[in-house]
Amino acid sequence: MARHSSAYQRGAASPPWGRRSAAPRGPVDGAAPAGPAAPAALDPATPAAPSYPGAAPPPPGPLDAWGMPGANGAAPAGVPGVPGAVDPVGAPGQVGDGGPAPGSAVVIQGTGVSKRFVSYHNRATSLKERFVRRGGPAGDDFWALRDVDVTIGRGQTVGLAGANGSGKSTLLKVLAGILRPTSGEVSVQGRIASLLELGAGFNGELSGRDNVYLNASLLGLSKREIDRLFDSIVDFSELRHKIDDDVKHYSSGQYVRLGFAVAVHVDPDVLLVDEVLAVGDEAFQRKCLAKIAEFRAQGRTILFVTHSLDLIENMCDRILVLESGSLIYDGNPAVGTKLLRQKLGSLPAEGPVSWEYATVRPQSVAFSPDPGGLPMVQYDPGERLTVSVELDVTEGAPEQIYLHTYIVGQSEVPIWMMETPPGGLAVGPGRHIVDFSVPHLPELLGAFAVKVHVSDATTGAPVTTRRFEELFGVSGPQADGLLKVDYEARLRG
Amino acid sequence: MSHLADAPLPAGTPTAPSPQQVGPGPGQHAMDPSRLARRSRAQTRVRWELLRNLVRKDLKVKYKGSTLGFAWSLANPMLLLVVYTFVFQIVLKSGIHRFGIYLMSGLLVWNAFSGSVSSACGSVVANANLVKKVRFPLAVLPLSAVGFAAVHFLLQLLVLFVVILILGYNLFGADLLLLVPAGAVAITFTVALSLLVSALNVRYRDTSHLLDVALLAWFWLNPMVYAFGLIQTQLHEWTWVYLLNPMAVVVITFQRAIYDPGGGSTGSTPVLADPGYTFYLEHLAVAGVISLVLLWVGLHVFRTMQADFAEDL
Repeated sequence: MARHSSAYQRGAASPPWGRRSAAPRGPVDGAAPAGPAAPAALDPATPAAPSYPGAAPPPPGPLDAWGMPGANGAAPAGVPGVPGAVDPVGAPGQVGDGGPAPGSAVVIQGTGVSKRFVSYHNRATSLKERFVRRGGPAGDDFWALRDVDVTIGRGQTVGLAGANGSGKSTLLKVLAGILRPTSGEVSVQGRIASLLELGAGFNGELSGRDNVYLNASLLGLSKREIDRLFDSIVDFSELRHKIDDDVKHYSSGQYVRLGFAVAVHVDPDVLLVDEVLAVGDEAFQRKCLAKIAEFRAQGRTILFVTHSLDLIENMCDRILVLESGSLIYDGNPAVGTKLLRQKLGSLPAEGPVSWEYATVRPQSVAFSPDPGGLPMVQYDPGERLTVSVELDVTEGAPEQIYLHTYIVGQSEVPIWMMETPPGGLAVGPGRHIVDFSVPHLPELLGAFAVKVHVSDATTGAPVTTRRFEELFGVSGPQADGLLKVDYEARLRG
Repeated sequence: MSHLADAPLPAGTPTAPSPQQVGPGPGQHAMDPSRLARRSRAQTRVRWELLRNLVRKDLKVKYKGSTLGFAWSLANPMLLLVVYTFVFQIVLKSGIHRFGIYLMSGLLVWNAFSGSVSSACGSVVANANLVKKVRFPLAVLPLSAVGFAAVHFLLQLLVLFVVILILGYNLFGADLLLLVPAGAVAITFTVALSLLVSALNVRYRDTSHLLDVALLAWFWLNPMVYAFGLIQTQLHEWTWVYLLNPMAVVVITFQRAIYDPGGGSTGSTPVLADPGYTFYLEHLAVAGVISLVLLWVGLHVFRTMQADFAEDL
């Protein structure tokens, strides 16, 4: 009896890629791994198509459609878990296209997932209310998730991050099939073990042994399977001496240990971890992390919900960043955690983000006499110079940004600085060009480079810094030195 | 340690793909989609084995620490038998011969029914912690409540048979076969109502209170402490309305199968509804149809509502 009658059963019956390719999602999909070539390669009926693209040189033919990462600019931003992925940061900061690793089967697929929580006082909670007020106004409903598209392939380790109340745990529960999405579809393939709360199914009146059997049985194992795994579970939990005691006599640490041991031994295809690693002593935590690392190596799918961004950086090969229920970033963990730190305001302590990962990226710089004019690199003192900085602004950037543009000389010595007017510049997502015009170049000779600082105009928090390699030169008739100085040369005596 | 013994290669280990390989490499944890789908279904389908484990758990928890254990559950109805026999046969003189046996032959199945339904009603709410955290087939919760009651019922029935044989009454005969269709209707009806109320009770917590009251009244709508003949003489041609209650049909069939009124019926009204079989089979058929319709409704309601259980709890 499937509990998500519609979505889940459909998901199980028809391979998700069939539906996915039928629902175009913009040009990215064309090159995305779930393209039309994938089913043929995965279909057991066509054994001629090898489906191990990560480790093998891609043969010609259908594999081309997988769009090998790095070779294609439109490849998913995060191509994790794929050995040999050349450049995991195909297009940094791109939102919503961190698809599964090329060629791997889709384990979890969520399309347009939204979840609305009806506020308690709006809901009929008794039969009387049900009949007295039917279909009352839906006032203070709360959207915990808004139109989230997620495709998680087999073998990925995905971190779900975001501020408190951003919808991480809701997304995890929806993907786990515990909550039904208000709209959208979720399909899950394979056995899910959730470490949402360890030992959730334990009954204190029963012995550890009985609880192991019961819990594993709930998670979908047969008696035979449990018999086979039982010793290993007990060994992992280090509770052999207490296994026949009632669970109610266990310490909370022992309780959690047994719960973890069961959850990781049920041979899950998908492991869901929700902040549970915060419990237990350090030795146990290490053991948990080691087990999770082992799962990664075995190519299982793991979903993490955690506030520990360090953990995500260390353990995950993909991050989903949520903000007020929307997916704002999907891709490389290094980028995502920086983005999140920036949002949470914890970044200044750690310095600005590398420009490639920033929300405002100084893309290029150009020199010309007049704004928009022909580029020129050689100038004479007194001439007009315009330094044009091209910015790529993505979703999640500060509304008002502030630019400091330094002209630097040899040994990175700042010669002068130009900044945007007070209050900053209002920029939306997209490409922008900021022109700094110097009417008369000073009589300062040499080759100069440009360094751009971007900061949030409202908070003053630094966003990013980039020093461009491009140079412009100011030349004069004199032979050497920086400044052109009026002088006389005379022989005396 | 099976899945570890599956010799997982590190994810980065290059493996030359051979044409025979379907999954990503031989040592990988990966498997073909049909196996994944099957494992996914194993987590969302009601399996007998899981149901059995849950019933066993309930039994274990219930009789843990009591020396007599299961015997209490058997002693309970026997004590009832003695008390009711005393009250109805000696004090009130109900006029039903061998009243204790008559009572028990109907009461056991009723107790199983009402016990199932009322414990199923609270089963989802009582396991809120599990429902909110773990993906498993939720219908096992009310179903295991039914299973728990069914196990007790069968053992109590066995004890009743033993008592009847000890007392030297007539038990074995073709009429005992009526227990099969009657039992089938009873289990269908019980499962149907259990699914329905357990789902409704998650959102509308009034359900359990309403159910308590309803079961109390419902008890008297079955001819257990009074003879069915009483109804026939009161309702005449409207008796069929009374028999729209599937439990009433089940009860009278159980009485026909188990209870032997003995040689002389002392009262003026016949105790059993009908001396033949067709009467019972016809009414069981009607009750069966009603039960199946209710089962469909119950399944539908449960399936529709279960997706929101985690949210409503």
